[in-house]
Amino acid sequence: MNMETEKSRNSVSPGPPPGESDAWLARPATIRLLWRVFTVVLVLSVSVQLLFRVKGYFGVDGWLGFGALYGFLSCVLMVLFAKFLGRFLKRGENYHRVDEND
Amino acid sequence: MIEFLPPALIMLLGAMLVGPTRGAWRTAVVLLTPLLTLIAIWQVPDGVVMTIAFLEYPIEPLEGSPVRRLFATIFAIMAFGGGLFAYRHAKWYELAAALAYAAGAIGVSFAGDLISLFLFWELMALFSTVVVWCGGTPAARAAGIRYAIMHLIGGVILKVGIEGVMVHTGSIEVQPMLATNFDTWMILIGILINAAAPPISAWLSDAYPESSPTGSVFLSAFTTKTAVLALILLFPGEPVLIGVGLYMVMYGIIYALLENDVRRILAFSIVNQVGFMVCAVGIGTQMAINGAAAHAFAHIIYKALLFMSAGVVVYRTGFNKCTEVGGLFRTMPLTAVCGIVGALAISGFPLTSGFTTKTLISQAAADQGLVAVYFMLAAASAGVFLHAGIKFPWFVFFQRDSGLRPKDAPWNMGLAMVLFSLLCVLFGVAPELLYRFLPYPVDYQPYSPGKVVFYLQLLLFSGLAFFLLLPLMRRTNTITLDTDWIWRVGLRHLWQYGESLTGRASGSLSALWGGLLARMTARVNYFFGGEDSRDGTPRGVFARAWPIGTTAIWIALLLTAYVTFYYVG
Repeated sequence: MNMETEKSRNSVSPGPPPGESDAWLARPATIRLLWRVFTVVLVLSVSVQLLFRVKGYFGVDGWLGFGALYGFLSCVLMVLFAKFLGRFLKRGENYHRVDEND
Repeated sequence: MIEFLPPALIMLLGAMLVGPTRGAWRTAVVLLTPLLTLIAIWQVPDGVVMTIAFLEYPIEPLEGSPVRRLFATIFAIMAFGGGLFAYRHAKWYELAAALAYAAGAIGVSFAGDLISLFLFWELMALFSTVVVWCGGTPAARAAGIRYAIMHLIGGVILKVGIEGVMVHTGSIEVQPMLATNFDTWMILIGILINAAAPPISAWLSDAYPESSPTGSVFLSAFTTKTAVLALILLFPGEPVLIGVGLYMVMYGIIYALLENDVRRILAFSIVNQVGFMVCAVGIGTQMAINGAAAHAFAHIIYKALLFMSAGVVVYRTGFNKCTEVGGLFRTMPLTAVCGIVGALAISGFPLTSGFTTKTLISQAAADQGLVAVYFMLAAASAGVFLHAGIKFPWFVFFQRDSGLRPKDAPWNMGLAMVLFSLLCVLFGVAPELLYRFLPYPVDYQPYSPGKVVFYLQLLLFSGLAFFLLLPLMRRTNTITLDTDWIWRVGLRHLWQYGESLTGRASGSLSALWGGLLARMTARVNYFFGGEDSRDGTPRGVFARAWPIGTTAIWIALLLTAYVTFYYVG
């Protein structure tokens, strides 16, 4: 099973096959454009709060850009925490498999 | 007498018919059984419909109520969608087991007493194990055994609790209780094991991804959500559940972030989503119970959709891991779009079912003034977008060009995905369609500008965090240790250690015994001789041929002794 996967894996080389122009979505120009659009959307999502007041439940969540900051910071914390835990808990893929066959 | 068949029985009959039928008939059985069941579900009126006397207990296998019908409905819809997705590709016994599994879930939904609840509970455990085994690989077989053991232990714990309640209260009614004594704690623990609560959440992410690409779609729906329903019916407002739920929410995110296997990411995210529901049941207000029920309903649809999307990828490419796939949007646009709809729904983006249901739970937390709970749920919502909402579609369909050019989904799988995608959007755009079937009247407007802006900010900036931190999220070919290390590795090492210890002990014991035996044999041989002493080897003391003279001396001695004793006596 593993051998098979390994073999078929090697038969597939990353990247588009020769002669195929890359998909529109994957072109660097498109990605730059998407980043620009995304930035505009981000700015809009915060600035729109000036028009529609966010009536927070506890005061603090009604501040300008609170959702943005809170979402961003909690994600950064979660990623860093996961990374930290991973240092101790990550094992090779066959960790259980090797063990269970002996 | 009732004038219709109980819904679970219809589903069970359908499951039995899958094997004997062939071709179009089998397709009809797989697709029509859930629909007939759905019709039957909506015929079940409120209150106890059916009572059977068993020993001294009144068994009520069929009791209707809005929340019971709601869960049974989504289980039937799920069985239909899963059947449509799977019927051309899954083995017949996987389909039969899946229908029987759904029958168990629907049976639990309508169980009016703890005994029938337990019976249907075990039916689910039994047939879900079969579905796991249908993965067909050695890994699936091993995972299925671990899965079965976990659920049988859970079943025993539940049964202990149920019997305790039966003996101590005399009632077997399914009714709200709190975990205040041993019996109720056992019931709660038994249910929480099925909900994949800590510390044994690992059974879920261990077993589900090992099933077949079609099997994981069924598995994602029933077990954990029946557990949520059981919690709603038995433990509404149990404060322990708030903490348990919050732990599950965070556990799911962290483990999903570390995971490389595509379907395992989704499996962790089930734990995360069920955590929201468990937390809501713990809050226990009408708003919270509505939120738990609505979220379970919406969750089954979008989680099945995500597993369908991942299932198509596994089916078409044969690869399971983020490190193996990527860039599949080129040739699998339908699967990618449906996967993205599911991902947006699970993240609770406005206009999807996740938004209109999850915000009910946040609202319930806010209404009760549970500040910490509210903010943790908000952080978790951001985390859901991070680990499932972007991570899943990004690594599977974009990320890099893996060079794979698989075909898009087969038509039936595509149809099932489109149907479920439409449902995700439908309940997001018109939430009142779902709200009117919730257990309590709903006085809630999800689309206030403030709420929409808050959640948009929360989610969009989580997206920003994802892309900025992408270097930290590079997938590696690794697994992450979980509490199942204790029984998969720790216990086995302990066993092996014990074995070697007894091996050594028995070694020295047998040496001792051997020495003793040799000495005894030598003594016996000395007196009785060996087995055969005709070959001239010295005989045993008792077997020697004594000379005649010695015999005469002994006889003379005996006679002397006799005469002496005769006179003395």
